[in-house]
Amino acid sequence: MDIFLAVGFQVLSGIATLFITSLGLAIIFGMMRVINLAHGEFLMLGAYAAILSARAGLNIWLAMLVVAPLVVGVIGLIVERLIIRRLYGRMIDTMLATWGLSLALIGAVTMIFGNTVAGFSAPLGSFAIGGFTASAYALFLIFAAIFMLFGVWIVLRFTSAGLIARGTMQNAEMAAALGVAPERVYAVTFAAGSALSGLAGALIAPFSGVVPTMGTSYIAKAFITVITGGAAMLAGTFSASFLLGAVSTFGTFATTPVFGEVMMLAVAIVLLRLLPQGITGRFFRRAL
Amino acid sequence: MSIKRRAALKGLAGGLVGGLAAPLVLRHAALGADPIKVVGIHDASGGLDIYGKPMIACLDFAVDEVNASGGLLGRPVELINYDPQSNIQLYTQFATQAATKDHAAVVQGGITSASREAIRPILDRYRTLYFYNTQYEGGVCDRNCFCTGSTPAQNVQKLMPYIMPKWGKKIYVVAADYNYGQITSKWITKYAHDGGGEVVAVDFFPLDVTDFGPAIQKIQQAKPDVVISALVGGAHVSFYRQWAAAGMKTRIPMASTTFGGGNETLILSPEEANGIVCAYSYFQEVDTPANKAFLEKFHAKMAPNAPYLGAELAMRTYVGFNLWAEGVRKANTIERMKVIEALETGIENDGPPGKTIIDPKTNHVTLNVYLAEAHDRGFKVLQSFPDQPPSDTQMVCNLQKNPNENKQYIIDIKT
Amino acid sequence: MRSAFEIIAAIIVALAAMFMLPRILELFALINATVYVSMAVLALSLALVWGFGGILCFGQAAFFGLGGYAYAVAAINFADTTLAVPVALAVPALVAAALGYVMFFGRISDVYMGAITLTLTLILFNFVNSTAGDQWRIGAAPLGGFNGIPATPPLNFPGDPGNPLPPETIFLVAVFALLLCYILAKLTLRSRFGRICVAIRENERRAELLGYDVRFYKLGIFTLGAAMAGLAGMLFANCVFVSPTMFSLFYSGQIIIWVMVGGLGTLIGPVIGAILLNLLTTWAGTLPDINPSLILGVVLVLAVLMVPKGVLPSLTGGLGRLRPGSGAR
Repeated sequence: MDIFLAVGFQVLSGIATLFITSLGLAIIFGMMRVINLAHGEFLMLGAYAAILSARAGLNIWLAMLVVAPLVVGVIGLIVERLIIRRLYGRMIDTMLATWGLSLALIGAVTMIFGNTVAGFSAPLGSFAIGGFTASAYALFLIFAAIFMLFGVWIVLRFTSAGLIARGTMQNAEMAAALGVAPERVYAVTFAAGSALSGLAGALIAPFSGVVPTMGTSYIAKAFITVITGGAAMLAGTFSASFLLGAVSTFGTFATTPVFGEVMMLAVAIVLLRLLPQGITGRFFRRAL
Repeated sequence: MSIKRRAALKGLAGGLVGGLAAPLVLRHAALGADPIKVVGIHDASGGLDIYGKPMIACLDFAVDEVNASGGLLGRPVELINYDPQSNIQLYTQFATQAATKDHAAVVQGGITSASREAIRPILDRYRTLYFYNTQYEGGVCDRNCFCTGSTPAQNVQKLMPYIMPKWGKKIYVVAADYNYGQITSKWITKYAHDGGGEVVAVDFFPLDVTDFGPAIQKIQQAKPDVVISALVGGAHVSFYRQWAAAGMKTRIPMASTTFGGGNETLILSPEEANGIVCAYSYFQEVDTPANKAFLEKFHAKMAPNAPYLGAELAMRTYVGFNLWAEGVRKANTIERMKVIEALETGIENDGPPGKTIIDPKTNHVTLNVYLAEAHDRGFKVLQSFPDQPPSDTQMVCNLQKNPNENKQYIIDIKT
Repeated sequence: MRSAFEIIAAIIVALAAMFMLPRILELFALINATVYVSMAVLALSLALVWGFGGILCFGQAAFFGLGGYAYAVAAINFADTTLAVPVALAVPALVAAALGYVMFFGRISDVYMGAITLTLTLILFNFVNSTAGDQWRIGAAPLGGFNGIPATPPLNFPGDPGNPLPPETIFLVAVFALLLCYILAKLTLRSRFGRICVAIRENERRAELLGYDVRFYKLGIFTLGAAMAGLAGMLFANCVFVSPTMFSLFYSGQIIIWVMVGGLGTLIGPVIGAILLNLLTTWAGTLPDINPSLILGVVLVLAVLMVPKGVLPSLTGGLGRLRPGSGAR
């Protein structure tokens, strides 16, 4: 019995990690139809913001939960102003420009901090599931994922800012006619998505280690998760993370970490063949 | 879950690109013209920099020492350090450069077995002498390549008889997924069987894996008496962290063939590291007058940035260079074949780790082995075993009989 | 007329390179030059697939790696490279045909196609990276996992396995292969097949209404591009060796950058782009304090923002006007 609980816990933690690391990308893609290939580097910047402010003596929780999203949110605002804004409606060009940005950020951070793995230990102890023990921080990540899911949903569904954002995304001209400045909405949305990426980077840092190239390992999976999820950003990302995360973790238990990931990618290809518009192109179409 | 593509992407911009990259350090000694060129290839960045940086420091120190005492054959030694950024393809490029452009008298370097196997054929092809100064899985049989680190018959063979009576005979192995981990895990299995033990599972991890959550659950499920780690590189350090975070530290003891080589004892907290048992041919804590004298000089020279020398790798680089220098003095030339012949007369070096003697049958070395456990950001030496021959490679390789042999033997375990 | 002129110009440049470079470069630089030429072949393959087929392939590195591995495995097994070369072309072409069948006959759209090609690359990378164990060998060739296959045999004279080509000759072979690929691509585009591919790129719906089976033409050009990428992988394997990094995301990204900067919708632009950007990053690698990624990234961002048509077509100005549809979309 314990073993099922322990495996179940690992599966949940795998799903949570995938969801956390995909959410920022999903919001920017879902709201603005922009694929931010520098998403992985936003994660990396969040991790650096957290580790550096923690080293400077700040409380570790404050560094992870407040400083990291703030710093990366501001960076997102600047990136939107300098690059994204000039390329709205040109999806492929945005992808290429953000890819360039991703390379440039890796290069710049390598020059400043060196190509060396830094890391900090998970700031919580362990807990027991029957005869098994697991890291309490993994449990915290699961709760963080749930909290982020509902937080974003509440903001979009019940606040006027969320309403304005959704309205602008559906029909920018109509929103402008009603007195909303679409440019500002885009900027704020991009910054909010970036901030979530920064938060995600700080949250995964204790497990992943902090290194300039850490983003490259997440961007591809996040990209695939978001695309597999389809148009409805929350429902899509959640269902895709659930499916892909579960496949990958079960695969890891059954075989090796590598084949776990290969299985997950193979499932993604099959899914896209069957549902060319992603999961929410067929199911949960009315969801957010 | 989070397989990192980091190793692959690392420095990739440098990938093809770093081909003409400038040497990191050029040491011109003030001894007059026509220096002897020595090339060092060690990772100073990327996931393997935890090993590379102390090795480079020791090589620098060894070269400076030789130059301060008048150089070699009256000529200064010029050291060219290349940084392959933990990227195997850069290793091949720098090896080609060392041989065809720098015309190095010797190349010292390579950390992982993967990097050694990448540059060894190149240096063979271009007839450039090669020293590999890292503890590794054994079996390389190549006259052009001198392996001066310890091998499983020297380290694993000492580790297993210590841990099995003490902790139990049910063993679980976690290892890096490339030739080092694959072959070393076979040796662990062999010595476990020899001692009446059993290896219940071997798990391999690519060098960029950092999430060991599922692996740790699997180990708990198997309930072994002891876990042996042959994990490699910066990313794998998270295994020890997550192991401690999952509360396993107090439940299952651990031994390792690689722990400490990259100064993991400094990166981790004492709570995470203490008690892990290792066997190497050197620890900084080895208590001999020669070691004490060396450390004093080393710290005086490198202060305040002297790296902690932890286990083996950095010290072997120092010894390896000095063995080569001894060979050059004996041959009275830097010509490759003459130096090889001189080295094969059984050159020895009485350095900080004790006596190291080249074994002419295998071009490996006979050395002292020490058993230690991690203790408060360093090691506590428990036992020492003088003059251990490389008996694993000796079983398969005889360069005196077959001087043209050039391959790596892989142990065949009968289970 | 113009094509004939361009082909003759290309032949002259290639002959000049084959004659001059081995005389002025030292061995080490010549080996590097061979690597750049293999990169140029790779750039040409994506220039064809993306610039003229309109297929944004994020996974061109997958075919590059497959070509390299197929060559290495075949060469080790046959103990002769004569037949290994066609294998290096055939394996990526077959994989591309299968993948293309899934994508084009499944009517998968732009971004999703990018995701699928990217995913294939990741699968191959992960898979090859985990083949260090003894059980992973094809015939006599161990796949080697993370190590790759360091003992990749160099090309030998056809049918004479005891006689491997020296690096100087491999350089000549590489330049010749690049020239051949360029001429082949030119001729393909002049053919009926090539003109229909361009028509599909311009307006897929219209081409379809005119009665062309769009799926078939896309599959054709995609497969041809994959074979060319396989050839590039084979050349690369001859001057470095095959390892999982060939499948990495970074290569896929680099290829896109070469094509983008060189000029989408041209053939010679990406070739020059690949060589110049490789020189640029090599030069950047010699600067002590500048990371080459930074330069490459900034170049790409600026290229997208300022010269979306590609640097070379913009520089050559008037010439760019003559080329069919050199706009980036």
